[in-house]
Amino acid sequence: MIATYTRKELMVVAAAREIRDGEVVFVGMRLPLLGFGLAKATHAPTAVGLFENGVIRDRPAEAFIYTMGDPSNIVGAIACLGLNDVMSLLQQGRVDVGFIGGAEIDPNGNLNTTRTSSSGSLVRLPGSGGGADIASLAGRTVLIMEHEPRRFRERVDYITSPGHFPGRRRGGPATLITTLGVFDLSRGQVRAVSLHPGVTAAQVRDATGFTIAIDDSVPATTPPSTDELGYIRRADPEGFWTGDRRKGE
Amino acid sequence: VKKLRPSLAEAVAEQVHDGDAVALGLALESGIPFAAVHEIIRQQRKDLTLIGPISDMAFDQLIAAGRVAKVIAAWVGNVAGGSGYGFRRAYEQGQPRRIVMEDHSNFTVGLALKAAAMGLPYLPTFTGLGGDIVRGHPRIRPIDDPFDGPALLAVGAIKPDVAIVHVQRADASGNAHLWGNLGLTVEAAYAARRTIVVCEEIVADDVIRSDPNRTMIPGFLVTAVVEEPGGALPSSVQGYWRRDFETFLRYHRLSKTADGYQSWLKEWVLDLPDRAAYLRHMGDAAVEHLRVNDRRLAAAANFAP
Repeated sequence: MIATYTRKELMVVAAAREIRDGEVVFVGMRLPLLGFGLAKATHAPTAVGLFENGVIRDRPAEAFIYTMGDPSNIVGAIACLGLNDVMSLLQQGRVDVGFIGGAEIDPNGNLNTTRTSSSGSLVRLPGSGGGADIASLAGRTVLIMEHEPRRFRERVDYITSPGHFPGRRRGGPATLITTLGVFDLSRGQVRAVSLHPGVTAAQVRDATGFTIAIDDSVPATTPPSTDELGYIRRADPEGFWTGDRRKGE
Repeated sequence: VKKLRPSLAEAVAEQVHDGDAVALGLALESGIPFAAVHEIIRQQRKDLTLIGPISDMAFDQLIAAGRVAKVIAAWVGNVAGGSGYGFRRAYEQGQPRRIVMEDHSNFTVGLALKAAAMGLPYLPTFTGLGGDIVRGHPRIRPIDDPFDGPALLAVGAIKPDVAIVHVQRADASGNAHLWGNLGLTVEAAYAARRTIVVCEEIVADDVIRSDPNRTMIPGFLVTAVVEEPGGALPSSVQGYWRRDFETFLRYHRLSKTADGYQSWLKEWVLDLPDRAAYLRHMGDAAVEHLRVNDRRLAAAANFAP
Protein backbone atom coordinates (compact mmCIF):
# COMPACT_ATOMS: atom_id res chain seq x y z
CA MET A 1 0.00 0.00 0.00
CA ILE A 2 1.26 3.48 -0.85
CA ALA A 3 1.25 5.69 2.22
CA THR A 4 -0.78 8.87 2.01
CA TYR A 5 1.05 12.04 2.87
CA THR A 6 0.43 15.77 3.03
CA ARG A 7 1.84 18.34 0.61
CA LYS A 8 3.96 19.73 3.41
CA GLU A 9 5.39 16.31 4.22
CA LEU A 10 6.39 16.05 0.57
CA MET A 11 8.05 19.51 0.83
CA VAL A 12 9.99 18.37 3.92
CA VAL A 13 11.26 15.37 1.96
CA ALA A 14 12.22 17.61 -0.98
CA ALA A 15 14.07 19.94 1.43
CA ALA A 16 15.94 17.00 2.99
CA ARG A 17 17.06 15.82 -0.46
CA GLU A 18 18.79 19.20 -0.99
CA ILE A 19 21.21 18.46 1.86
CA ARG A 20 24.29 16.40 0.99
CA ASP A 21 26.20 14.33 3.48
CA GLY A 22 28.95 16.24 5.28
CA GLU A 23 27.51 19.65 4.52
CA VAL A 24 27.20 22.57 6.92
CA VAL A 25 23.60 23.72 6.82
CA PHE A 26 22.07 27.00 7.96
CA VAL A 27 18.76 25.62 9.19
CA GLY A 28 15.60 27.69 9.14
CA MET A 29 12.46 26.95 11.10
CA ARG A 30 9.34 24.99 10.19
CA LEU A 31 9.78 22.70 7.18
CA PRO A 32 13.59 23.06 6.78
CA LEU A 33 14.03 22.19 10.44
CA LEU A 34 12.24 18.89 9.84
CA GLY A 35 14.10 18.50 6.54
CA PHE A 36 17.45 18.80 8.30
CA GLY A 37 16.44 16.13 10.83
CA LEU A 38 15.20 13.86 8.06
CA ALA A 39 18.42 14.28 6.03
CA LYS A 40 20.45 13.43 9.14
CA ALA A 41 18.35 10.33 9.74
CA THR A 42 18.67 9.13 6.13
CA HIS A 43 21.31 10.10 3.55
CA ALA A 44 23.30 12.87 5.32
CA PRO A 45 24.28 11.50 8.75
CA THR A 46 27.34 13.76 9.11
CA ALA A 47 25.66 17.07 8.17
CA VAL A 48 26.01 19.87 10.76
CA GLY A 49 23.28 22.42 11.43
CA LEU A 50 23.74 26.08 12.43
CA PHE A 51 20.92 28.14 13.92
CA GLU A 52 20.99 31.94 13.90
CA ASN A 53 20.49 32.18 17.67
CA GLY A 54 23.96 30.60 18.03
CA VAL A 55 23.12 26.90 18.38
CA ILE A 56 25.14 24.27 16.50
CA ARG A 57 23.71 20.74 16.33
CA ASP A 58 24.85 17.56 14.66
CA ARG A 59 21.76 15.62 15.63
CA PRO A 60 18.11 16.59 15.55
CA ALA A 61 16.33 17.64 18.74
CA GLU A 62 14.94 14.78 20.82
CA ALA A 63 11.51 16.35 21.17
CA PHE A 64 9.19 18.49 19.06
CA ILE A 65 10.21 22.15 18.95
CA TYR A 66 8.27 25.27 18.05
CA THR A 67 11.28 27.59 17.79
CA MET A 68 15.06 27.24 17.52
CA GLY A 69 15.31 28.67 21.05
CA ASP A 70 13.14 25.98 22.63
CA PRO A 71 14.91 24.12 25.46
CA SER A 72 14.76 20.86 23.47
CA ASN A 73 16.88 22.45 20.71
CA ILE A 74 19.58 23.28 23.28
CA VAL A 75 19.77 19.83 24.91
CA GLY A 76 22.31 17.72 23.05
CA ALA A 77 23.64 20.64 20.96
CA ILE A 78 27.39 20.57 20.30
CA ALA A 79 27.73 24.31 20.94
CA CYS A 80 25.67 27.27 22.08
CA LEU A 81 27.30 30.47 20.87
CA GLY A 82 26.09 33.88 19.77
CA LEU A 83 24.42 35.16 16.63
CA ASN A 84 27.59 36.89 15.39
CA ASP A 85 29.55 33.63 15.74
CA VAL A 86 27.34 31.63 13.39
CA MET A 87 26.84 34.60 11.06
CA SER A 88 30.63 34.98 10.90
CA LEU A 89 30.93 31.35 9.78
CA LEU A 90 28.29 32.10 7.16
CA GLN A 91 30.16 35.21 5.94
CA GLN A 92 33.46 33.35 5.87
CA GLY A 93 32.01 30.81 3.44
CA ARG A 94 31.79 27.85 5.82
CA VAL A 95 28.09 27.22 5.18
CA ASP A 96 27.24 25.06 2.17
CA VAL A 97 23.48 25.50 2.06
CA GLY A 98 20.87 27.67 3.74
CA PHE A 99 17.07 27.59 3.70
CA ILE A 100 14.86 30.67 3.45
CA GLY A 101 11.21 31.44 2.81
CA GLY A 102 9.42 34.54 1.61
CA ALA A 103 6.04 36.12 1.05
CA GLU A 104 6.90 37.05 -2.57
CA ILE A 105 9.44 35.90 -5.14
CA ASP A 106 10.56 37.11 -8.59
CA PRO A 107 12.28 35.18 -11.44
CA ASN A 108 15.76 36.09 -10.12
CA GLY A 109 14.97 34.47 -6.80
CA ASN A 110 14.69 37.79 -4.96
CA LEU A 111 12.49 37.36 -1.89
CA ASN A 112 10.33 39.98 -0.22
CA THR A 113 9.47 39.62 3.45
CA THR A 114 9.42 43.36 4.30
CA ARG A 115 6.46 45.18 2.75
CA THR A 116 4.10 44.85 -0.19
CA SER A 117 1.31 46.77 -1.85
CA SER A 118 0.30 43.91 -4.14
CA SER A 119 -3.22 43.81 -2.69
CA GLY A 120 -3.73 47.56 -3.27
CA SER A 121 -2.98 48.73 0.25
CA LEU A 122 0.32 48.69 2.10
CA VAL A 123 0.98 45.55 4.13
CA ARG A 124 3.93 45.47 6.49
CA LEU A 125 5.54 42.04 6.79
CA PRO A 126 7.81 41.07 9.71
CA GLY A 127 11.13 41.67 7.90
CA SER A 128 14.34 39.84 7.10
CA GLY A 129 15.32 38.12 10.30
CA GLY A 130 18.37 36.19 9.12
CA GLY A 131 16.95 35.72 5.61
CA ALA A 132 18.97 38.48 3.91
CA ASP A 133 22.15 37.14 5.54
CA ILE A 134 21.59 33.57 4.41
CA ALA A 135 20.64 34.78 0.91
CA SER A 136 23.80 36.91 0.71
CA LEU A 137 26.36 34.61 2.27
CA ALA A 138 25.49 30.88 2.00
CA GLY A 139 27.17 28.70 -0.61
CA ARG A 140 23.75 28.12 -2.14
CA THR A 141 20.19 28.70 -0.96
CA VAL A 142 17.04 26.64 -1.10
CA LEU A 143 13.86 28.71 -1.14
CA ILE A 144 10.57 27.45 0.29
CA MET A 145 7.32 29.10 -0.90
CA GLU A 146 3.56 28.79 -1.04
CA HIS A 147 2.86 28.68 -4.78
CA GLU A 148 0.23 31.38 -5.37
CA PRO A 149 -0.06 33.97 -8.17
CA ARG A 150 0.06 36.96 -5.77
CA ARG A 151 3.36 35.62 -4.40
CA PHE A 152 5.05 34.81 -7.74
CA ARG A 153 5.60 38.25 -9.25
CA GLU A 154 7.58 39.63 -12.18
CA ARG A 155 9.03 42.20 -9.76
CA VAL A 156 8.83 42.17 -6.00
CA ASP A 157 8.05 45.46 -4.20
CA TYR A 158 11.09 45.15 -1.96
CA ILE A 159 14.14 42.89 -2.18
CA THR A 160 14.65 41.67 1.37
CA SER A 161 16.79 38.62 0.49
CA PRO A 162 18.77 39.14 -2.71
CA GLY A 163 18.64 36.49 -5.43
CA HIS A 164 20.83 36.46 -8.54
CA PHE A 165 22.38 39.82 -9.44
CA PRO A 166 25.50 40.89 -11.37
CA GLY A 167 28.56 41.02 -9.11
CA ARG A 168 27.30 38.52 -6.55
CA ARG A 169 30.25 37.22 -4.53
CA ARG A 170 29.06 33.65 -4.06
CA GLY A 171 26.06 31.40 -3.89
CA GLY A 172 22.57 32.47 -4.77
CA PRO A 173 19.29 30.62 -5.14
CA ALA A 174 19.76 27.04 -6.32
CA THR A 175 16.43 25.34 -5.73
CA LEU A 176 12.88 26.50 -5.10
CA ILE A 177 10.51 24.11 -3.33
CA THR A 178 6.87 25.12 -3.49
CA THR A 179 3.48 23.65 -2.68
CA LEU A 180 3.29 22.63 -6.38
CA GLY A 181 6.76 21.43 -7.33
CA VAL A 182 10.54 21.65 -7.22
CA PHE A 183 12.28 24.21 -9.45
CA ASP A 184 15.84 24.98 -10.47
CA LEU A 185 16.91 28.61 -10.09
CA SER A 186 20.63 28.18 -10.43
CA ARG A 187 20.91 29.67 -13.92
CA GLY A 188 18.83 32.74 -13.13
CA GLN A 189 15.83 31.24 -14.87
CA VAL A 190 13.06 29.26 -13.21
CA ARG A 191 12.80 25.72 -14.60
CA ALA A 192 10.65 22.89 -13.25
CA VAL A 193 12.64 19.93 -11.94
CA SER A 194 9.57 18.00 -10.81
CA LEU A 195 5.90 18.66 -10.19
CA HIS A 196 4.25 17.16 -7.13
CA PRO A 197 2.08 14.12 -7.91
CA GLY A 198 -1.27 15.24 -9.34
CA VAL A 199 -0.07 18.77 -10.22
CA THR A 200 -0.27 19.80 -13.91
CA ALA A 201 1.94 22.22 -15.84
CA ALA A 202 -1.13 24.41 -16.49
CA GLN A 203 -1.79 24.63 -12.77
CA VAL A 204 1.78 25.78 -12.14
CA ARG A 205 1.65 28.37 -14.95
CA ASP A 206 -1.66 29.73 -13.60
CA ALA A 207 -0.13 30.11 -10.14
CA THR A 208 3.01 31.85 -11.38
CA GLY A 209 3.09 35.55 -12.30
CA PHE A 210 6.15 35.15 -14.53
CA THR A 211 7.45 32.80 -17.20
CA ILE A 212 8.49 29.42 -15.97
CA ALA A 213 10.07 26.66 -18.08
CA ILE A 214 8.26 23.32 -17.79
CA ASP A 215 9.30 20.48 -20.14
CA ASP A 216 6.59 18.09 -21.31
CA SER A 217 8.70 15.29 -19.88
CA VAL A 218 8.97 16.85 -16.38
CA PRO A 219 8.78 14.02 -13.83
CA ALA A 220 6.63 13.84 -10.70
CA THR A 221 8.32 14.58 -7.38
CA THR A 222 9.29 11.25 -5.81
CA PRO A 223 6.83 10.69 -2.95
CA PRO A 224 8.08 10.16 0.60
CA SER A 225 9.10 6.62 1.46
CA THR A 226 7.58 4.83 4.44
CA ASP A 227 10.80 5.45 6.37
CA GLU A 228 10.82 9.15 5.53
CA LEU A 229 7.19 9.53 6.60
CA GLY A 230 7.92 7.60 9.77
CA TYR A 231 10.67 10.05 10.67
CA ILE A 232 8.55 13.14 9.94
CA ARG A 233 5.67 11.83 12.04
CA ARG A 234 7.92 11.08 14.98
CA ALA A 235 9.41 14.59 14.75
CA ASP A 236 6.04 16.33 14.24
CA PRO A 237 3.55 13.96 15.87
CA GLU A 238 0.61 16.40 15.88
CA GLY A 239 1.22 17.55 12.31
CA PHE A 240 1.83 21.07 13.62
CA TRP A 241 4.21 21.99 10.78
CA THR A 242 3.22 19.39 8.23
CA GLY A 243 -0.56 19.78 8.08
CA ASP A 244 -3.63 17.82 8.91
CA ARG A 245 -3.05 14.29 7.69
CA ARG A 246 -6.71 13.37 7.82
CA LYS A 247 -7.47 16.05 5.26
CA GLY A 248 -4.48 15.07 3.13
CA GLU A 249 -3.85 18.81 2.97
CA VAL B 1 27.73 50.77 44.47
CA LYS B 2 24.75 48.63 45.41
CA LYS B 3 23.23 47.08 42.28
CA LEU B 4 20.64 44.70 43.65
CA ARG B 5 17.17 46.22 43.37
CA PRO B 6 14.24 44.95 45.43
CA SER B 7 11.85 45.07 42.47
CA LEU B 8 11.77 45.31 38.72
CA ALA B 9 9.50 48.35 39.10
CA GLU B 10 12.31 50.13 40.89
CA ALA B 11 14.96 49.06 38.36
CA VAL B 12 12.84 50.21 35.40
CA ALA B 13 11.94 53.51 37.10
CA GLU B 14 15.60 54.23 37.68
CA GLN B 15 17.21 52.86 34.49
CA VAL B 16 14.70 53.38 31.65
CA HIS B 17 13.82 56.95 30.70
CA ASP B 18 11.55 58.59 28.15
CA GLY B 19 13.29 58.71 24.78
CA ASP B 20 15.79 55.97 25.61
CA ALA B 21 17.12 53.47 23.09
CA VAL B 22 16.34 50.11 24.73
CA ALA B 23 17.82 46.80 23.57
CA LEU B 24 15.90 43.66 24.55
CA GLY B 25 14.85 40.27 23.19
CA LEU B 26 18.51 39.74 22.42
CA ALA B 27 18.69 35.94 22.76
CA LEU B 28 16.01 35.69 20.01
CA GLU B 29 13.10 33.44 21.05
CA SER B 30 14.26 32.58 24.56
CA GLY B 31 14.88 34.71 27.65
CA ILE B 32 12.78 37.67 26.50
CA PRO B 33 12.36 40.00 29.52
CA PHE B 34 8.56 40.22 29.30
CA ALA B 35 8.18 41.25 32.95
CA ALA B 36 10.33 44.32 32.24
CA VAL B 37 8.39 45.02 29.03
CA HIS B 38 5.14 45.03 30.99
CA GLU B 39 6.68 47.24 33.68
CA ILE B 40 7.79 49.76 31.03
CA ILE B 41 4.18 49.86 29.78
CA ARG B 42 2.79 50.32 33.33
CA GLN B 43 5.24 53.15 33.98
CA GLN B 44 4.19 54.76 30.66
CA ARG B 45 7.69 55.35 29.31
CA LYS B 46 7.35 57.10 25.98
CA ASP B 47 9.21 57.83 22.71
CA LEU B 48 11.39 54.76 23.12
CA THR B 49 13.65 53.36 20.42
CA LEU B 50 13.63 49.55 20.48
CA ILE B 51 16.70 47.60 19.37
CA GLY B 52 16.87 43.86 18.77
CA PRO B 53 17.37 41.13 16.15
CA ILE B 54 13.99 39.41 16.01
CA SER B 55 11.55 40.52 18.65
CA ASP B 56 9.09 37.78 19.39
CA MET B 57 5.90 39.59 20.56
CA ALA B 58 7.68 41.91 23.03
CA PHE B 59 8.20 44.76 20.54
CA ASP B 60 4.64 44.31 19.29
CA GLN B 61 3.27 44.75 22.84
CA LEU B 62 5.30 47.93 23.43
CA ILE B 63 4.45 49.41 20.02
CA ALA B 64 0.72 48.71 20.42
CA ALA B 65 0.83 50.36 23.85
CA GLY B 66 2.05 53.57 22.17
CA ARG B 67 5.40 53.54 23.96
CA VAL B 68 7.62 53.44 20.86
CA ALA B 69 8.84 56.10 18.40
CA LYS B 70 11.39 54.03 16.49
CA VAL B 71 12.30 50.38 15.92
CA ILE B 72 15.74 49.15 14.89
CA ALA B 73 15.30 45.44 14.15
CA ALA B 74 15.53 42.63 11.60
CA TRP B 75 12.12 41.11 12.30
CA VAL B 76 9.09 42.31 14.23
CA GLY B 77 6.23 39.88 14.71
CA ASN B 78 5.12 36.83 16.61
CA VAL B 79 7.07 33.66 15.86
CA ALA B 80 4.01 31.55 16.69
CA GLY B 81 1.75 33.29 14.20
CA GLY B 82 3.88 35.42 11.89
CA SER B 83 2.58 38.99 11.73
CA GLY B 84 2.73 41.36 14.66
CA TYR B 85 -0.60 43.15 14.39
CA GLY B 86 0.36 45.98 16.76
CA PHE B 87 3.45 46.67 14.66
CA ARG B 88 1.36 46.55 11.47
CA ARG B 89 -1.24 49.02 12.82
CA ALA B 90 1.53 51.45 13.80
CA TYR B 91 3.47 51.10 10.53
CA GLU B 92 0.50 50.98 8.14
CA GLN B 93 -1.97 53.34 9.85
CA GLY B 94 0.00 55.28 12.45
CA GLN B 95 -2.12 53.75 15.25
CA PRO B 96 -1.86 54.40 18.16
CA ARG B 97 1.06 56.48 16.90
CA ARG B 98 3.43 56.62 13.96
CA ILE B 99 6.74 54.74 14.24
CA VAL B 100 9.99 55.03 12.31
CA MET B 101 11.34 51.67 11.14
CA GLU B 102 15.05 51.10 10.60
CA ASP B 103 15.10 47.73 8.81
CA HIS B 104 18.05 45.42 9.30
CA SER B 105 19.05 41.81 8.85
CA ASN B 106 19.96 39.85 11.97
CA PHE B 107 23.65 40.12 11.12
CA THR B 108 23.60 43.91 10.63
CA VAL B 109 21.93 44.34 14.05
CA GLY B 110 24.65 42.05 15.40
CA LEU B 111 27.46 43.98 13.71
CA ALA B 112 26.06 47.34 14.86
CA LEU B 113 25.98 46.18 18.50
CA LYS B 114 29.36 44.46 18.14
CA ALA B 115 30.92 47.66 16.76
CA ALA B 116 29.64 49.59 19.78
CA ALA B 117 30.83 46.78 22.07
CA MET B 118 34.30 47.08 20.49
CA GLY B 119 34.34 50.88 20.71
CA LEU B 120 34.39 51.19 16.91
CA PRO B 121 32.35 53.52 14.69
CA TYR B 122 31.41 50.68 12.31
CA LEU B 123 32.21 47.15 11.17
CA PRO B 124 32.52 46.07 7.52
CA THR B 125 30.47 43.28 5.98
CA PHE B 126 29.32 41.70 2.72
CA THR B 127 25.85 40.85 3.97
CA GLY B 128 22.87 42.44 2.26
CA LEU B 129 24.65 43.49 -0.96
CA GLY B 130 22.23 43.41 -3.89
CA GLY B 131 19.17 43.84 -1.68
CA ASP B 132 17.00 46.79 -0.64
CA ILE B 133 17.71 46.80 3.12
CA VAL B 134 21.13 48.37 2.62
CA ARG B 135 20.00 50.81 -0.13
CA GLY B 136 19.86 54.36 1.25
CA HIS B 137 20.09 53.00 4.78
CA PRO B 138 20.79 55.60 7.50
CA ARG B 139 23.33 53.32 9.21
CA ILE B 140 24.73 51.16 6.40
CA ARG B 141 26.94 52.70 3.70
CA PRO B 142 29.15 51.38 0.89
CA ILE B 143 32.89 51.63 1.54
CA ASP B 144 36.07 50.69 -0.31
CA ASP B 145 38.29 47.99 1.12
CA PRO B 146 41.53 49.78 2.13
CA PHE B 147 43.33 46.53 1.18
CA ASP B 148 42.00 46.74 -2.40
CA GLY B 149 39.49 43.90 -2.15
CA PRO B 150 35.92 44.12 -3.43
CA ALA B 151 33.55 46.83 -2.17
CA LEU B 152 32.12 46.44 1.31
CA LEU B 153 29.33 47.82 3.45
CA ALA B 154 29.99 49.64 6.72
CA VAL B 155 27.44 49.03 9.47
CA GLY B 156 27.44 51.93 11.92
CA ALA B 157 27.58 51.25 15.66
CA ILE B 158 24.43 51.20 17.77
CA LYS B 159 24.95 52.14 21.38
CA PRO B 160 21.80 51.43 23.39
CA ASP B 161 21.04 53.62 26.40
CA VAL B 162 19.96 50.50 28.24
CA ALA B 163 20.02 46.76 27.59
CA ILE B 164 17.61 44.48 29.46
CA VAL B 165 18.61 40.82 29.62
CA HIS B 166 17.12 37.80 31.35
CA VAL B 167 19.60 35.23 32.68
CA GLN B 168 19.48 32.12 34.83
CA ARG B 169 21.51 33.41 37.76
CA ALA B 170 23.56 36.37 38.91
CA ASP B 171 25.19 37.53 42.10
CA ALA B 172 24.36 40.76 43.92
CA SER B 173 27.11 42.55 41.96
CA GLY B 174 25.44 41.70 38.66
CA ASN B 175 27.92 39.06 37.48
CA ALA B 176 25.64 37.00 35.28
CA HIS B 177 25.67 33.32 34.38
CA LEU B 178 23.79 32.57 31.18
CA TRP B 179 23.62 29.31 29.23
CA GLY B 180 21.84 28.10 26.12
CA ASN B 181 21.66 30.18 22.94
CA LEU B 182 23.16 33.64 23.46
CA GLY B 183 21.99 35.54 20.38
CA LEU B 184 23.25 39.11 20.86
CA THR B 185 22.96 39.22 24.64
CA VAL B 186 26.67 39.67 25.26
CA GLU B 187 27.21 42.32 22.55
CA ALA B 188 24.25 44.37 23.80
CA ALA B 189 25.40 44.31 27.41
CA TYR B 190 28.91 45.34 26.37
CA ALA B 191 27.60 48.09 24.09
CA ALA B 192 24.91 49.62 26.31
CA ARG B 193 25.42 52.60 28.62
CA ARG B 194 23.35 50.79 31.28
CA THR B 195 22.37 47.13 31.66
CA ILE B 196 19.56 45.65 33.72
CA VAL B 197 20.12 41.98 34.52
CA VAL B 198 16.90 40.17 35.42
CA CYS B 199 17.62 36.71 36.83
CA GLU B 200 15.80 33.60 37.94
CA GLU B 201 17.97 33.40 41.06
CA ILE B 202 20.37 35.62 42.96
CA VAL B 203 23.24 33.36 44.00
CA ALA B 204 26.28 33.76 46.23
CA ASP B 205 29.29 35.14 44.39
CA ASP B 206 31.23 31.89 44.91
CA VAL B 207 28.70 30.17 42.64
CA ILE B 208 29.72 32.63 39.89
CA ARG B 209 33.41 32.22 40.65
CA SER B 210 33.10 28.40 40.54
CA ASP B 211 32.52 28.61 36.77
CA PRO B 212 33.86 31.90 35.35
CA ASN B 213 33.51 30.71 31.73
CA ARG B 214 29.76 30.84 32.20
CA THR B 215 29.84 34.54 33.18
CA MET B 216 28.57 36.18 30.00
CA ILE B 217 28.23 39.64 31.55
CA PRO B 218 30.75 40.84 34.14
CA GLY B 219 29.04 42.76 36.93
CA PHE B 220 30.95 46.01 36.44
CA LEU B 221 28.95 46.50 33.21
CA VAL B 222 25.67 46.01 35.05
CA THR B 223 23.80 48.94 36.57
CA ALA B 224 20.90 47.04 38.19
CA VAL B 225 20.20 43.41 38.99
CA VAL B 226 16.79 42.04 39.99
CA GLU B 227 15.60 38.58 40.97
CA GLU B 228 12.36 37.92 39.07
CA PRO B 229 11.59 34.19 38.71
CA GLY B 230 9.43 33.54 35.64
CA GLY B 231 10.17 37.07 34.40
CA ALA B 232 10.75 35.84 30.85
CA LEU B 233 7.49 33.86 30.51
CA PRO B 234 5.94 33.07 28.09
CA SER B 235 9.42 32.68 26.52
CA SER B 236 11.65 29.86 27.73
CA VAL B 237 14.65 29.92 30.06
CA GLN B 238 16.93 26.90 29.76
CA GLY B 239 16.73 24.72 32.86
CA TYR B 240 13.92 26.84 34.39
CA TRP B 241 10.96 27.34 32.06
CA ARG B 242 9.53 25.77 28.91
CA ARG B 243 8.09 27.96 26.17
CA ASP B 244 4.39 28.74 26.67
CA PHE B 245 3.43 28.46 23.02
CA GLU B 246 -0.32 28.81 23.66
CA THR B 247 0.11 32.26 25.18
CA PHE B 248 1.92 33.49 22.06
CA LEU B 249 -0.89 32.12 19.89
CA ARG B 250 -3.59 33.60 22.13
CA TYR B 251 -1.96 37.05 21.99
CA HIS B 252 -1.66 36.67 18.22
CA ARG B 253 -5.40 36.06 17.90
CA LEU B 254 -6.43 38.77 20.41
CA SER B 255 -4.13 41.48 19.09
CA LYS B 256 -5.58 41.19 15.60
CA THR B 257 -7.87 44.11 16.53
CA ALA B 258 -6.97 47.21 18.55
CA ASP B 259 -9.86 46.39 20.92
CA GLY B 260 -8.58 42.86 21.40
CA TYR B 261 -5.15 44.23 22.19
CA GLN B 262 -6.64 46.65 24.74
CA SER B 263 -8.46 43.80 26.50
CA TRP B 264 -5.21 41.81 26.62
CA LEU B 265 -3.34 44.88 27.91
CA LYS B 266 -5.86 45.50 30.69
CA GLU B 267 -6.04 41.88 31.83
CA TRP B 268 -2.32 40.99 31.67
CA VAL B 269 -0.50 44.28 32.28
CA LEU B 270 -2.52 47.24 33.58
CA ASP B 271 -4.67 45.37 36.11
CA LEU B 272 -1.66 43.54 37.57
CA PRO B 273 0.90 45.24 39.83
CA ASP B 274 3.88 43.01 39.07
CA ARG B 275 5.18 39.66 37.78
CA ALA B 276 4.19 37.75 40.92
CA ALA B 277 0.60 38.82 40.28
CA TYR B 278 0.98 37.79 36.62
CA LEU B 279 2.01 34.28 37.68
CA ARG B 280 -0.91 34.10 40.14
CA HIS B 281 -3.23 35.22 37.33
CA MET B 282 -1.90 32.40 35.12
CA GLY B 283 -2.83 29.95 37.90
CA ASP B 284 -0.70 27.37 39.70
CA ALA B 285 -1.49 24.57 37.26
CA ALA B 286 -0.40 26.60 34.24
CA VAL B 287 2.77 27.79 35.94
CA GLU B 288 3.71 24.30 37.12
CA HIS B 289 3.10 22.91 33.63
CA LEU B 290 5.81 25.24 32.31
CA ARG B 291 8.30 24.89 35.14
CA VAL B 292 11.28 22.63 34.40
CA ASN B 293 11.77 20.13 37.21
CA ASP B 294 13.99 17.64 35.34
CA ARG B 295 17.77 17.72 35.71
CA ARG B 296 20.21 17.57 32.79
CA LEU B 297 23.32 18.78 34.60
CA ALA B 298 26.52 19.67 32.74
CA ALA B 299 29.59 17.68 33.73
CA ALA B 300 31.63 19.55 36.31
CA ALA B 301 34.71 21.42 35.05
CA ASN B 302 37.76 21.26 37.29
CA PHE B 303 39.25 24.71 37.89
CA ALA B 304 41.84 23.53 40.46
CA PRO B 305 45.16 25.39 40.05
